[in-house]
Amino acid sequence: MANGSSSPPGTSDIGSDVSARGIRAAAEPSRPAARRAGASGGPRPDSRLATMARNRSALIVLAALAAAAILPETGQGNYVMSIAVQIEILMCLVLGLNFVVGYAGMLDLGFAAFFAIGAYMTGLLSVDLHWPILATIPPAIGAALLGAVFVGLPTLRLRSDYLAVVTLGFGEIIQEVVTNLNQTGGPEGISGIPPLRIGGLVVTTNDGYYNVFLVLVLVFVAVSFRVRHSRLGRAWLAIREDEDTAQAMGIKVRRFKLYAYMAGSVFGSITGSLYGSAFIAIAPPSFGFNESLLVVMAVSIGGIGSIWGGLLGAGIVVAFPEVFRQFAQARLLVFGVVLVLIMVLRPQGVWPESGLGLDRAARFVARFPGRRGEAIAARRRAAGVERTP
Amino acid sequence: MSWNVVFPDIVAGLFLGAFLALIAVGYSMVYGILRLINFAHGDFYMAAAFVSYAVLGAVTVGTKVNWGNVIWVGLVTMIAGGVLAVCVERLVYRPMSRAAILSLMIAALGVSQILENGVLNIPSWGSNYLPYPVTPPSNGFSVASVHYTWTQLGIVVIAVVLIVAVYWIVNHTMLGTAMRAVAQDRAATTLMGINTDRIISLVFFIGGALAGAAAVMASLYYGQINYLMGFSIGLQAFTAAVLGGIGSVAGAAIGGLMLGILESVGTGLFGAQWALMFAFGALVLTLWVRPTGLLGERVGQRV
Repeated sequence: MANGSSSPPGTSDIGSDVSARGIRAAAEPSRPAARRAGASGGPRPDSRLATMARNRSALIVLAALAAAAILPETGQGNYVMSIAVQIEILMCLVLGLNFVVGYAGMLDLGFAAFFAIGAYMTGLLSVDLHWPILATIPPAIGAALLGAVFVGLPTLRLRSDYLAVVTLGFGEIIQEVVTNLNQTGGPEGISGIPPLRIGGLVVTTNDGYYNVFLVLVLVFVAVSFRVRHSRLGRAWLAIREDEDTAQAMGIKVRRFKLYAYMAGSVFGSITGSLYGSAFIAIAPPSFGFNESLLVVMAVSIGGIGSIWGGLLGAGIVVAFPEVFRQFAQARLLVFGVVLVLIMVLRPQGVWPESGLGLDRAARFVARFPGRRGEAIAARRRAAGVERTP
Repeated sequence: MSWNVVFPDIVAGLFLGAFLALIAVGYSMVYGILRLINFAHGDFYMAAAFVSYAVLGAVTVGTKVNWGNVIWVGLVTMIAGGVLAVCVERLVYRPMSRAAILSLMIAALGVSQILENGVLNIPSWGSNYLPYPVTPPSNGFSVASVHYTWTQLGIVVIAVVLIVAVYWIVNHTMLGTAMRAVAQDRAATTLMGINTDRIISLVFFIGGALAGAAAVMASLYYGQINYLMGFSIGLQAFTAAVLGGIGSVAGAAIGGLMLGILESVGTGLFGAQWALMFAFGALVLTLWVRPTGLLGERVGQRV
């Protein structure tokens, strides 16, 4: 593929050299990257395909968004809508974890802790003190940030592999604390959390929460993209690609790692707050290691660091066992097999950061005889990408 | 809080610690050589326990212990555990050798799901707690007015022997030197004419075999097995490996013993519901003082 190494640095992420990306991202001045490149790229022949692939990805995203927006209007049953809400919640968590795992490259096995902090803060404040749900979100964020600093400060000195254990421990401790304290309702948790009120609007139905979480996902996606191309995001990516080099470039590694934790905790806790309101009752089992694993799985199935991939991963992780419900007990077995297959065949995830690889797929199809293959081959020859065979 | 109250807890922790140490050594060796947190390792232990259950159930009449049978079933289980680990390495991890470590870990989670749900879906096993086919005799000796059986003593002795044997292999044989070389620099090791793939398989085999040994001993000790028995003990073993300093055999063993004792004593002092918190609190404190674990060496980040 010629377009990768020859395209000017920073204009396009698609096909750019992975090992060089971090350093390059850290060294270059701020610049809104990918979007503008498509428009101003001009007649650079070798970037045509990349643009095409990017447009196609954008098209897929738009189509998915449109489908998501009209889903409540299509008269789906409660079952489908509640699955959809679960997917959205996992999407929010995935976007939060994406800061830590995807951008900063640290493995966090206790992300559900922040989810729990948000849910329990909201639960306690709204049920015991009768605060409105929206008013409980800031203190929940504050508590989550405290938690993030509490975990982050001691772990920053550790090698990244040890981090996994400490975060795992933090997740377990939070779950154990809410299970054992009487104030948090013990094993039964908290019930009777009031519905979300926005102005005069009271959200009570599944469809309503579907829309609330859809907006939340979109906001999180927008924030993730903005941060990704900011000074902060570039510093994270540099740390992910090579910590030592990043440090040599003057990036304060420990501080930025802490920022990643804090950013993740904010997303996690907001999601938790709204989760409590949507599901009325919360209980400790929803915030255990399995939940943390689910988030990590979604991130890596989709493609580590890839926002769209993470969303897709969340969909796969929640929907897959539901779709295969007819296999009853065997469905998790099938899930395991699929998980291993995805990772073995496509270790960088289904929708990696470097794009879906549609152009590569097209080239693959073009190798085969038949109308479709010939059409693609002809188009590619016309575009001057590939020499005539 | 008197000594008489704490002592039985410490001894009970010693048993848990012995099992943890055996599993942690396998965890630690695999991590040392591939930098992979092998989440499926706890499930090797679980699967091995079910293998021993099936084989022992087939050869045992009644519940009386025939030690000859138990010993050869134990050996068969160790081999089965090792073979299972090698199969997983060949089929899953090796094809992914150029993938990011996180992808490998997710694949390991997938393997763990496959093993757990595979056992769950075998009709005669299912999700129940199954009583182990043999019950060890209860005669033994008393210390501080608490009764211990000879079987329990034997379990600890065998665990120690196995760990010492692995320590010796890793630190005092040519094979062990090769293992440590692969852990340090795989490319250079290949250039020295060492078949690194075979060494990696061997490490997986040893890890799986130790998990198999732990499975038989834990099943004898607790008297029952379940398809989820591997997951939490796997996590604890991983914690133990980090506590002791991951990558080092002695560290994993000491970490396992320490964690087992800490958990047991913590349960005795604060109640079972705070046991995990006690264990993880100790871990965080240890890492605070020694970021590489108790016996861990300063490992430079790979560039």
